[in-house]
Amino acid sequence: MVKLTLTGNHCVAYAVKLSRVKVVSAYPITPQTTIVEKLSEMVDSGDADIKMIRVESEHSALSAVYGAATAGVRAFTATSSHGLLYMHEMVWWTAQARVPLVMAVVTRTIGPPWNIWTDHHDIMGQRDTGWLIVMAETNQEVLDETIKLFRITEDPRVFLPGMVGLDAFILSHTVEPVEVPEQEVVDSFLPERRQPYTIRFGDPLIMGNIPSDLLLNAKMRWDVHEALGRSTQVIDEVDREWGKLTGRYYGGLVECYRCEDADFLFIGAGAWVGDMRLAIDKLRDMGYRFGVLKVRYIRPFPGARILEIARGKKGVVVLDRSISAGSAGPIFLDLAAYFQGKNVTIPIKNVVAGLAGFDVNYEDFVKIGERFVNEVSEVGWVENHLEFYPLR
Amino acid sequence: MEVGNPLLPLSRPKIGVQGATGSWRFRKPEIDQGKCIGCGICWLYCPDSVIDVEDVGGRFKVRVDYVYCKGCGVCASVCPTKAIRMVSEV
Amino acid sequence: MGLIAERSLIELRFHGRGGQGAVTAAHITVDSAVRDGFWGTAFPFFGAERRGAPVAAFARLSRGRVMTRSMVRNPDVVVVLDPSIMSYVNVFDGLKDRGIVVINSPTRPNISREVKLYTVNATRIALDLGLVLAGWPLVNIAMVGALSRVLGIRLDSVLESIRNMLSGRMAELNVTAAERAYHEVSEIGGG
Repeated sequence: MVKLTLTGNHCVAYAVKLSRVKVVSAYPITPQTTIVEKLSEMVDSGDADIKMIRVESEHSALSAVYGAATAGVRAFTATSSHGLLYMHEMVWWTAQARVPLVMAVVTRTIGPPWNIWTDHHDIMGQRDTGWLIVMAETNQEVLDETIKLFRITEDPRVFLPGMVGLDAFILSHTVEPVEVPEQEVVDSFLPERRQPYTIRFGDPLIMGNIPSDLLLNAKMRWDVHEALGRSTQVIDEVDREWGKLTGRYYGGLVECYRCEDADFLFIGAGAWVGDMRLAIDKLRDMGYRFGVLKVRYIRPFPGARILEIARGKKGVVVLDRSISAGSAGPIFLDLAAYFQGKNVTIPIKNVVAGLAGFDVNYEDFVKIGERFVNEVSEVGWVENHLEFYPLR
Repeated sequence: MEVGNPLLPLSRPKIGVQGATGSWRFRKPEIDQGKCIGCGICWLYCPDSVIDVEDVGGRFKVRVDYVYCKGCGVCASVCPTKAIRMVSEV
Repeated sequence: MGLIAERSLIELRFHGRGGQGAVTAAHITVDSAVRDGFWGTAFPFFGAERRGAPVAAFARLSRGRVMTRSMVRNPDVVVVLDPSIMSYVNVFDGLKDRGIVVINSPTRPNISREVKLYTVNATRIALDLGLVLAGWPLVNIAMVGALSRVLGIRLDSVLESIRNMLSGRMAELNVTAAERAYHEVSEIGGG
């Protein structure tokens, strides 16, 4: 183990190298570019044995790594924002083809206007596709989750691709201390690549031909859903195993900070959870007992785990860094649907904030928390379930 | 091939999944063996893989499997020496 | 000197021009502090940067993990790599009361507010050593040397960090530059 000061993007590159990825293809886009730049440097210096495929678009980048993966090697791509939207068709295709591969998504808002700062609209727009989606809070988590995703996606109970989300700039371009595991540790953790089928010369196989049996086709689609359900167990197992090797446990699907004795919870995902942690310490000093529930996995959505922790609380604030326009924030929507199905009635407020990279810090979360407690105690319930911050 | 637990959109190529598709044809390709140079472009382009190029005593010979040929005419249109002609069958 | 051991969190802002190495300076500052057992984060101003245009980079140093990801709004320390930008950029914007300012300057700059002011002639050091790239004196790492003295980061940690991040002749020249700046930086007192 070496301790280095690395950007989030360089953490991705180290993780990809350590996972012995054989094929990388990507198209440059800010703020993703330094991931593949670093990988190219590693290839150039002989530190990594990777075939880099140059392509003319993100659609082709994912197509290329998908092709490599079907032939039986670990493959990786990375993108952001408009690049992710451009590859959206292949994001669906790769999941339905059940091909394990890993992608880093440096979460960035979507134009117009042109804007390179973080929010979660790009990655949240992929949540119906069948991919596993994990969001990182720190650079260490970026590195750890990228390695773990290879193990999780290649588990026969899962056999689906996975993406790790890291916030533009506030992780991707921010340097902080990171423990980089030794190659032997990663080698002992990652088994030989497994995948449901492999395309080989001399063994003709058709993937994706027009179905003759629509019921079978429908079952395939449902099976993707079931596999994501099964992945919850795999994620927990892999989290424990990586924890044993490195001492770093993340709680699997969700991570809690001071949840146990809390009356209220902040629920959110991504790098701004760090500011939520600072905020609840301050809120507790002010007499408001808050805790933070970090949603690590967006897919599979950890409804059961969240409910376990939220049950009996006086109220929860779901902080979304994106909005499904015309409805509400995506984490809120999933959570509310799950709670409704389990007949749970806890005041839930959805605060949509930090859009388009608008800076939100712990002082903002203190304000949001204080106002929520006042609203719930005055009204007895939530007056408006959806709010935009900072405007009111 | 190793197929795991998931339901997979996989199939194996085999001959004549849709039956004898030659019956769909209303015109058929005829090869003028005198003009044919055995380049194999028709073999490459045939969407139904019903064309074979065989080596007959040092000369390439094009053969069409009329049981499955649907008569689309792609071979005739790509032939560089116009050795393939579409002939009406109705 | 020895600020880093006294405060639970120090927030820094580096001012320079695009291409001058403000981001690298912030990175080496953090990397050096981490070698001394502290925690730190460093990040660029989040935007498109152009060579020659005024830019800023940021860092946070702490005994424990830095949780916040937000912009540095009220720095404790401001480092100015190129004093000529001070005529059109307010480098003191948001600076905390009695904040620290470290400026690359051959003379005592005329500053109208109360700050703890330190100067070092990093341009001279760079020119003496022939640390020049495309006509520009490379002052960024010398400024880290000066800053480390002000903050109380061990010089050895800075030199280790430089050797880790750069290689060959550039590493050795910058090591010398950082050492010289470390010893030459002087406190000017309140303005």
